[in-house]
This record gives sequence, C-alpha cells and structure tokens, in this order.
Amino acid sequence: MENYASRKVFVVFNVLLLSFIAFLCLLPILNLIAVSFSTRSVVEANQVGLWPKGFNTSSFQYIFANPQFFKSLWNTVERTFLGWVVELGLTILIAYPLSKSQKVFRLRGVYVWFFMVTMVFNGGLIPTYLVVNELDLVNSVWSLILPEAVVMFNVLLMLNFFRTIPGELEEAALIDGAGWLVTMVRVYLPLSLPSLATITLFILVRHWNSWFDGLIFMNLPDRYPLMTYLQTMVLNLDLSQLSSTALANNPQLLEITGRSLRSAMILACTLPILLVYPFLQRFFVKGMLLGSVKG
Amino acid sequence: MLLPGVILTIIFRYVPIAGLSIAFMDYQPVFGFFDQRWVGWDNFEYVFNLPGFFNVLWNTLFIAVMKIIGNLAVPVMFALLLNEVRNRLFKQSIQTMLYLPHFLSWVALAGVLVDILSPSSGIINNTLAALGIKPIFFLGDPETFPYTLVLTDVWKEFGWGTIIYLASITTIDPTQYEAAIIDGAGRWKQTLHVTLPALAPVILLLMVLGIGNVLQAGFDQVYNLYSPQVYRTGDIIDTLVYRIGIVDVQFGPATAVGFFKSAVSFVLIVIGYKMANKWAGYKVF
Repeated sequence: MENYASRKVFVVFNVLLLSFIAFLCLLPILNLIAVSFSTRSVVEANQVGLWPKGFNTSSFQYIFANPQFFKSLWNTVERTFLGWVVELGLTILIAYPLSKSQKVFRLRGVYVWFFMVTMVFNGGLIPTYLVVNELDLVNSVWSLILPEAVVMFNVLLMLNFFRTIPGELEEAALIDGAGWLVTMVRVYLPLSLPSLATITLFILVRHWNSWFDGLIFMNLPDRYPLMTYLQTMVLNLDLSQLSSTALANNPQLLEITGRSLRSAMILACTLPILLVYPFLQRFFVKGMLLGSVKG
Repeated sequence: MLLPGVILTIIFRYVPIAGLSIAFMDYQPVFGFFDQRWVGWDNFEYVFNLPGFFNVLWNTLFIAVMKIIGNLAVPVMFALLLNEVRNRLFKQSIQTMLYLPHFLSWVALAGVLVDILSPSSGIINNTLAALGIKPIFFLGDPETFPYTLVLTDVWKEFGWGTIIYLASITTIDPTQYEAAIIDGAGRWKQTLHVTLPALAPVILLLMVLGIGNVLQAGFDQVYNLYSPQVYRTGDIIDTLVYRIGIVDVQFGPATAVGFFKSAVSFVLIVIGYKMANKWAGYKVF
C-alpha cells in the first residue's frame, strides 16, 4: 500500500514547485507593471523589482498623448474584428462540407487534396509579398487579413468538432426540408460553441499580436497595427525628440525614462489580450479536447 | 459553400507557390513578372556559396530541434504534476498563470526579456548575483544565445502545451486506475503504468508531426531578440531570407532560400504524416 507520509511530502513539494513555476510565468508582467509605474530615479538606480516605487503615471500620460498610439490601436481593432468575421466564416464554410463523408459529398477527396497541399507547401515571404503588392493591397487593412484568412489548423479543429455531433440531428433537419446551409446554421453552430470560442480566441490572439505583416505590407506608419508600432517605435526608442517646450508644459515628463516608457507601452499594447483569455479558458480547454488530435 | 475559401486559397497560397519560379530569375522589381530574365540555378549557387550559409542552416536545425524536444518533454511533465493537484481552484489558477506567456507576442516579450535578462540591471542577473553567480550575457553572448532562445520559447509555450495532455488524461478509463489500486499500485506506479502509457500515442503523434518543423526555428522570436554580435549562432534561415529579400531587395536569391526551405520541409512533413498514419492511425482530414 501507499506510504502516506511520502505522499504528503510529494503533495507539498508539488504545490510549491507549481507555484514557483507559475510565479516565473507571471514575472515579466509583474516587472512590467512595476517599472512602468515607478519614478525615474528608482528605475535608473535599478531598484525596481516586482512592486512600483514612487508610484506615478507619467509614462502612460506620455503614451496616451501621442495620437499615433490611438491610430495604431484603431488599426489593430479594425483588423482584429474584420479578421475575426472573415476567418471564422471561412473556417465554418470549409469545415462543414469537408466533415461529411465521401458518400454525401462526392468531390470531398479533391478538396481535401486541394487544401492539404497548402499545409505542406508554401510560397514563402517574397512571392506572397509580390501577390499582395500586385493586388494593390499595400496599406489596406485587407493585406493583413486575406493572405492568412484560411488557417487549416482551425479548419481541422472545427471539422473534427462537427463530426462529434450526432448525424441523426442533421437527418431530422434535412427530412423537415431544411437545406444544408440552414442545417449548418440552425443545428450545427449552436452545438459548436466550445470550438467556435476556441477558434475565436486563436484568431483574436493572432491578429492582436501580429506585427510582421504590418511591417512589410504597410509603408505608412499611420497604418501600422499596434504591435508593429510597438516593434518599430518603442524598441528603438528615442527620448531626445522631447522638446523643451513640451517639458515646460508638462514637468511630469521629467519622471520618464526610456525603460519605464517602454514597459508602459508594452503593457498598454498587451493588456487587452491578457484581460480576455482567462474568461475564455473553460471554452478553449474543452474545444481543444474535442477537436484536436483525436482524428 | 467552399467557393470563397477556394478562391482565397488559390490567390494567396497557390499563386505564391507558382511565384517560387522567381528563384530561377534575375528578378528586377522595376519589370513585370513575365519580363524577367531566367538564370537557371544561379540564385541557388549564389546563396549556397554565401559565407556562413551552412552555418545558418545548422543554427536553424539546432535551435528548432532543441525546441521540439523541450516543447514535447516539459509539457508532459507539468501535465502529470498538474494532474496530481486535487484542489480545483488552485489547479485552475495555476493553469491560468501558466498559459499567460503564450498570449504575449514576441514583440512584447522581447522588450520584457531585454529588460529582465540584462547583465547589468536585469532582475534575473540581480538574483544570480545575490547567489554569488557571475552575470550571464543571455542575449549578447553567441555561446549562450541559442540556449536563451530555446529556454524562453519553452517557457512561453509549455503551459499551453499541457492542455493537450491534460485533455488526454481526462479520457483515461477510471477502471484502469481502480484495477491498478487493487493490484497494490501507489500513486507513482499508477502514473508510470496507467497515465504515461495512455499518453504515449499522443506524445508519439506530436513528435512525428513535429518532424515537419525542424527548419522552423521561430522568426518572430529570433528577429526580435538577435543582434549582429550573435549572428554566428543565432541567425536562422527565415531571418536570412528577410535580410536578403526585404532589406537588400534581392528577390531572386531570397526566394531561392525560401524555396529550399519549403522543399525540405515538404519532404519532412510528408514523412511525418506517413509515420503518424502508420503508427497512430492518424489522418489529417
């Protein structure tokens, strides 16, 4: 039988280890918060750990005073919303027919091959860039949405989830005279909330965090999404552009260092995602379970 | 129903694949696509003879393979540890925290890492110093840099990686545990003889599918963390393509490198799928 004492030791050790590792995962965010709210002298003396010292919000005031930040924020919100609509719609429209058997959907094999090729082979950076360029999509929000609009991973997730839904429901709907599209919308989608939520989360996170497409497809900084703005402006931060009149008008700017400004900027750009995912957690755990490698 | 998806796939997937023919052209952006001069294998010859090309290839392989191994082993371990936690609230909060880094973009994380890994002012090196360890130049020392990449990548993704294993653990038939207990198996024996074997197919499957990623060293991460002083060990195929293609505007050679990568990955992915199908009965669709 099990040694009761050794089990207890293990449980305590396990809880401690997991807590410590979880703390390591939180560390960067805690450090960001601490540095971005601290005063200049403490940050420069390198005394900020995990708690703000000399609490002040001047870094954030500086960021929010820059109209570029809000332009980029809007660009990101726009691409994320449009991207979500387009991608989720396409995922459903592709996954539903492909979830049917060859008997019902005779051309299935052809389409499976058609989409499978894109999973194993791609044209890479330069040809994709040239296509976007030829279509005159440079500087348009669609250049950030259309090239990546069909994500096979999501299609597979959705497809496998559809397959777990009993076929009798569909037969009943079809007998009642509903078409395929109506059956999909009325029968399948309401039952697929966990995977719809999971895929929604994937899409939102990808769009919010994408920066490279913004960098190559947008050549006006006004059109940069937030992460591209963060990448180009903040990681190469230059405080010398602060004019003396600006300083005279707002003496608080003296409290800013490059480090706290950068931290504040990163925090402002990532916070929305960090606030959303804990609420979707129960969905994505379930959606992944039913839709993933069970193939 | 499939039409919109098919059209977009043709435009943004199939046309670029056809565009790989740029690899065989002396591509001048001022001329149209059909007015270019064909140069055969010249671009390939050019890039294979670049000083350090095989170094870049090796870096890519090394970093990617280490990441694949780390991202397989570490999540399994933590899934098993999390599985032993009985308190649901504690388990869920720990999970929420472990998932957190997955949701940060490499742009944001790079900014944070530069800060906390700094040899002079970073919180990590400060802690090491307090323990009497010499500061480590995580991002600036070519010897350390690849390991920093692997470590930070595993740190970012391991929590997310546990989901798939935790999900598989919940599908294990409870009677198997009951049988093991009747046979006198303790917790550890149960893990060893029931849980791990039940996870084996999933681990095998992810491993085999991971074969296709051995040239995927992670552009986002490397681009945001590297600097010329660590090119020797940190430069990868994707960053090289970016510098040749977008920075130097040499479309032909950049596409040649991309083509090379695509072709190798293609072969490996197909091998991986074939093996997955044979051993785990896995079908993509």
